[in-house]
Amino acid sequence: MSNAVEVHSVSKSFGAVKALDDISFEVRAGELFGLVGPDGAGKTTLFRILTTLLVADSGSASVLGLDPVKDLWAIRSRVGYMPGSFALYPDLSVSENLEFFAAVFGTTIEKGYELIEPIYKQLEPFRARRAEALSGGMKQKLALSCALVHRPELLLLDEPTTGVDAVSRREFWDQLGRLKSSGLTIVVSTPYMDEALRCDRVALIHGGRILEVDLPQSIGARYSLPLIAVKGSNRFALLQTLREFPSARSVYLFGDELHYSDKRVNADAGEIAAEVKTFLAQHGHADAETAPITAGIEDSFMELMGSAPAPKAEAA
Amino acid sequence: MTLAANSASNGIAIDAQDLTRRFGSFVAVDHITFDVKAGEVFGFLGANGAGKTTAIKMLVGLLAPSEGTAHVAGADIRTQRDEIKRSIGYMSQRFSLYADLTVRENIRLYGGIYGLTPDQIAERTKRMLDNLGLSGSVDDLVGDLPLGWKQKLAFSVALVHEPKIVFLDEPTSGVDPITRRQFWELIYAAAARGTTVFVTTHYMDEAEYCDRISIMVDGKIVELGTPAELKEKYRTETVDDVFVRLARGATKGEAA
Amino acid sequence: MNFNALRAFMVKELRHILRDRQTLTVLLMMPLVQVILFGFALRSDVRNIRLVVIDPTPDHATLDLRNRFGATSTFRIVGTYQSTDSLEPLFRAGRADVALVFDPDFASHLNGSEPARLLIAVDASDPNTGTTYLAYVRTVIQSYQAELNQPGRQVEIVTQTRMRFNPTLESVNLFVPGLIALVLVLVSALMTAISLSREKERGTMEVLLVSPLRPQQIIVGKVLPYLALAFANVITALIAAWAVFHVPFRGSVSLLLAESMLYTLVSLALGVLVAARTSSQRAAMLTAMLATMLPNALLSGMIFPIASMPSWLQPFTYIVPARWFILIARGIMLKGIGLTLLWRETLVLSIMALLLLAAAMRSFKPRLE
Repeated sequence: MSNAVEVHSVSKSFGAVKALDDISFEVRAGELFGLVGPDGAGKTTLFRILTTLLVADSGSASVLGLDPVKDLWAIRSRVGYMPGSFALYPDLSVSENLEFFAAVFGTTIEKGYELIEPIYKQLEPFRARRAEALSGGMKQKLALSCALVHRPELLLLDEPTTGVDAVSRREFWDQLGRLKSSGLTIVVSTPYMDEALRCDRVALIHGGRILEVDLPQSIGARYSLPLIAVKGSNRFALLQTLREFPSARSVYLFGDELHYSDKRVNADAGEIAAEVKTFLAQHGHADAETAPITAGIEDSFMELMGSAPAPKAEAA
Repeated sequence: MTLAANSASNGIAIDAQDLTRRFGSFVAVDHITFDVKAGEVFGFLGANGAGKTTAIKMLVGLLAPSEGTAHVAGADIRTQRDEIKRSIGYMSQRFSLYADLTVRENIRLYGGIYGLTPDQIAERTKRMLDNLGLSGSVDDLVGDLPLGWKQKLAFSVALVHEPKIVFLDEPTSGVDPITRRQFWELIYAAAARGTTVFVTTHYMDEAEYCDRISIMVDGKIVELGTPAELKEKYRTETVDDVFVRLARGATKGEAA
Repeated sequence: MNFNALRAFMVKELRHILRDRQTLTVLLMMPLVQVILFGFALRSDVRNIRLVVIDPTPDHATLDLRNRFGATSTFRIVGTYQSTDSLEPLFRAGRADVALVFDPDFASHLNGSEPARLLIAVDASDPNTGTTYLAYVRTVIQSYQAELNQPGRQVEIVTQTRMRFNPTLESVNLFVPGLIALVLVLVSALMTAISLSREKERGTMEVLLVSPLRPQQIIVGKVLPYLALAFANVITALIAAWAVFHVPFRGSVSLLLAESMLYTLVSLALGVLVAARTSSQRAAMLTAMLATMLPNALLSGMIFPIASMPSWLQPFTYIVPARWFILIARGIMLKGIGLTLLWRETLVLSIMALLLLAAAMRSFKPRLE
């Protein structure tokens, strides 16, 4: 078995809302695979289909070589799942939560300890504290421990880093890297584009469709338009001026810069950068600096998103 | 009152002096002192449990400080809570609009709460929806709108009474990258009209969009300045790196 | 079946119950408070019972007895009349609680060989107070009679009682079984419905479903701890009824407890059914109230006698579990009868329990849809 997860042409609707629209991708065994997209893209629906909680309207899927529709119970004991909201019991303590989930999966903390140790060690000082009194980062670690305690072969994490601060997020990804090196296959969804770089491969998902599946580094490389980074004071005015540039295709805020893309697909980026700089200087932005850059995953996502229809409504 | 009047006329939207809040023996907010200029976009950063929420609750008059003072739009947070409530807008990811009311009903509700006349409400509803490109959805339930539209609408509704200061608590959480940028353009537009924007976020690229940012660790403000200043000081490429370096040693959030 | 998982589930459930102190206090106090409130609402102050005396032929004997009533703090004579005609308007206007009607030959009979006759009329519109009044009147008469009795002289006073307005004397005794039924349905149906839908809202249900736990295990794990809580409630209610109001307990306690558990199972299954069909805690709570509390309180015969309901409504009472439980509980507690006479009602409840549990298991899907 080389693929831990396979999804073929899966669609799923809730009433008039098409949550998933002809989705296909596969996750190789031992891979750390990212589903990157905003809320409402269909990530949760996809996870629920893979975890046997929902049945697709059409298409097929296989999880660890099993059919999520027919092999419901076999999948359930071999998969670890962490749903979007950290599913913990707020009135139970850290250790009680973990004990409970261990028992539910027919195991004990001791048996699963090896795998969770690096994560749970940080929680152990607060063993007796109720889950409701933990910070976001700690809740996230506990929820991950609970999903791992039965040593699953496949770990499915639905937006584990949403609402968690940047430090906890980095630590969390470090943990995922460690788990991956122990041989675990991990599928993780996130709305944070920068986290895509921590995955082996990513699928960009938006409006129920997969926009792209590739190595995170390669996705940016596929960006076909000339892209210019623009820096200068009074960013809002700069942004508005830049949009006036005749061949401007898109102008987006980007960290401390603006990212400008040009309609002229085959033009030389260096020449465009010079033109833009002159244009800005003529329009009161003498201090603006421009430089051609290579696109990142977020540039690609926005470009791909722009060509896909907007989602009608949030999917369940 | 003289101090308050002074700070308002000085173009200071928020000034906090040794603002402190204790819960039992736990010091959630520990003598923070800072000011926010009128018309500024101020990023209020901190790890989970660093005390941001407690600080915001004090600034909007929901929680009394244990020690210290602060003025928001010239009003004392201890004694002039009603004045504060009239001069601020508030929006968060968790609570913004009523999902089971339509767009129009939500705007009417908030307009009514802030004492706008029906004519004002009608006029501002039209202007707001034209700006957002939402005119066709005026009678849709807010719950049926895509998340990004909802958040942009919520922001506009938070501005419906033309507050001096608007507090935004993780306003773009989970929103797609294009809509996030559109949201920030709305923030810039509001700031350009003179509204002070006080915003928290976990997206570190958004921290770069702010005029100035403060970073809270264990209840204290450990750093405050423009993103460029901070990056230079810590010799890093991004605010993210500054943040991680400062917040990594945090302990207090879990020690209580 | 994975018994460790089931045990862990019940332990977890018990922790939820025990840690929510406010809810637990309310749940444990409820039977006590309800029994006591109902009991006292049915009783009233036994001081200053307003007594009317009808004495057609006053003489030393009747005056003597009248004085005895007047001398107690319990009675207050509010009027003395010659004829019984005055009685009816006084009772109707609520100005008298008890009337003492002397036979015209009372005095002569008291000294003669025939029994002296007295009629006691009691306003029993409130049944429990009615019996209490009567008991007090009898006490005074008996002590009077005892004093007159001397060796060689037996005085016989025959009292005749007339209960007005509520001749059958429904009393707190009859209410206790109904109260137990109500408390049980509240604890079991409402609480399981709430706790199941809370798991849905918190997202923990998603994880439970994705685990190897079978729906049956989830249901059993949810239901058993509440069965224990319900057991505690039945015992509190019975103790309160017995200690405060001396409600008799003539039959087998263990049979009553067993029947209570059967009835609780029915309610628990209803709670699971409700939770399976609602998506929020609030909806679950309101539906559970509507589907269980109201019919069980109103259509069970607890408050309104079934015989006095309109005939089209009466058949509906057969599907109300509390109707059968109240019959059983009254039978055991008040009449002291056993299974030989109650097997039909027990069978009905058992069938209901089986059907509802089966329906609950079926309604509880292993997926989210």
